[in-house]
Amino acid sequence: MEVKKDLKYSKEHEWVRVDEKTIYIGITDYAQDSLGDVVFVELPEVGDTFDADDEFAVVESVKAASDIYAPASGTVIEINEELEDMPELVNEAPYESWFIAMEIDDLSKLDSLMDWEEYQKFCEEEEA
Amino acid sequence: MQKTPLYDVHVDAGAKLIDFGGWMMPVQYTSIIDEHMAVRERAGIFDVSHMGEILIEGREAEGFLQKMLTNDISRTHEGRIVYSPICYPNGGVVDDVLVYKLHQERFLMVTNAANTAKDYEWLLTHREGEVKVKDVSRDYAQLAVQGPNAEQILNSLTDSDLGGIKFFRFADDILIDGVEALISRTGYTGEDGFEIYISPEYVVRLWHSIMEVGKDYNIMPAGLGARDTLRFEAALPLYGHEISKDISPLEGGLEKFVKLDKDDFIGKDTLLAQVEQGIERTLVGFEMIDRGIAREGYEVLSNGRPIGHVTSGSYSPSLDKNLGIALMKTGGDIKDGELEIVVRKRRLRARLTKLPFYTKQYKK
Repeated sequence: MEVKKDLKYSKEHEWVRVDEKTIYIGITDYAQDSLGDVVFVELPEVGDTFDADDEFAVVESVKAASDIYAPASGTVIEINEELEDMPELVNEAPYESWFIAMEIDDLSKLDSLMDWEEYQKFCEEEEA
Repeated sequence: MQKTPLYDVHVDAGAKLIDFGGWMMPVQYTSIIDEHMAVRERAGIFDVSHMGEILIEGREAEGFLQKMLTNDISRTHEGRIVYSPICYPNGGVVDDVLVYKLHQERFLMVTNAANTAKDYEWLLTHREGEVKVKDVSRDYAQLAVQGPNAEQILNSLTDSDLGGIKFFRFADDILIDGVEALISRTGYTGEDGFEIYISPEYVVRLWHSIMEVGKDYNIMPAGLGARDTLRFEAALPLYGHEISKDISPLEGGLEKFVKLDKDDFIGKDTLLAQVEQGIERTLVGFEMIDRGIAREGYEVLSNGRPIGHVTSGSYSPSLDKNLGIALMKTGGDIKDGELEIVVRKRRLRARLTKLPFYTKQYKK
């Protein structure tokens, strides 16, 4: 199970990359592995706004649909359209397959996310 | 939670296990899509030991079954199999089963795992005359080997010629891997293939032997995930989806297996009335036009009005399309063959398409 050191993580197995006031959000290696083959990704539109914990996207595997949640409130400034045609990228390269970029209102809201070590421990506990 | 004799084999193979009707079963080993394609193109092996087996025997066994089944077994020969729904008096379905005619007075009924206890109770409640009903599920483990190479793979483990077993027939004296087994040319994938009933103590060895000889054909272990996408493409009904206690076999497209011209059977009056008054609901196939996947339970609209619900929906690995099966009002006004599926409050367009999506590759 791969975990990247320079990312933050949520309990919903999403990763967040912070780039000044912009964050990129995707799902982790653990998440893609437990979902199985991803066959569809539904993304929001640029300009959509979300509150923290809102569902902003849906990822569907062969078996089921799962929601993706916003880690903080903000506005969508870019979506990864590549995933609409090649959803399998989420399986192949989960940490490169960001879903959206968001400009967030308050960076301190991200403080509750886990760092890589905490997340690794979290995954181990989920497994057990 | 119940485990099949192959539980440790699945764990060692790295399978993801889920609770399926009270059984810990592998849903996938590597990838549902890869396992699905292995079955379509080469071969896959499934542990289906969770399926139930009920033995029905006695001088009046056939007459008893004629009352329980909607299909007709009165002209069935030994060594043949009949697929049939079992109905409630109101036409709803108790279960859909395979009945193996072992002998003139002995039949083996194979049931859906989650329904076995209910079926057994149902049979006991209605049992009359010289008939014995026995749940023998624990005496059998079951493997399904499915795909175009299934016959070659299994033939290399037996001196018998499995080519001699035609579709929906079986032999109960096959020596395979040195052990006696009942083998039928049946399955739930839309491919050619076999199901093997064997004593639980030998099934682990048989699994490994099949995997070993199957290497040359790149056989893959396949889980319940692939089993579902395979049966879905072939439009084989799944209990609780296309048929259920609330969906009659006539509504579920199983009229071929409902013999309304045979003597009395449970549910006959209601089913006859459904035919006379016109069957209210019909199963249809559809393909998504808009991007999205229809899932079980989603509402189906025509001209903005609700006309039914999705019974099964998935991405189809063989056809690389998002497909679905829906139960709809019969004769509904459908403009240009287009429907709308309500996916997370959004209405997505779909077009009617013929069932099955995938042409079954049976060797008849």
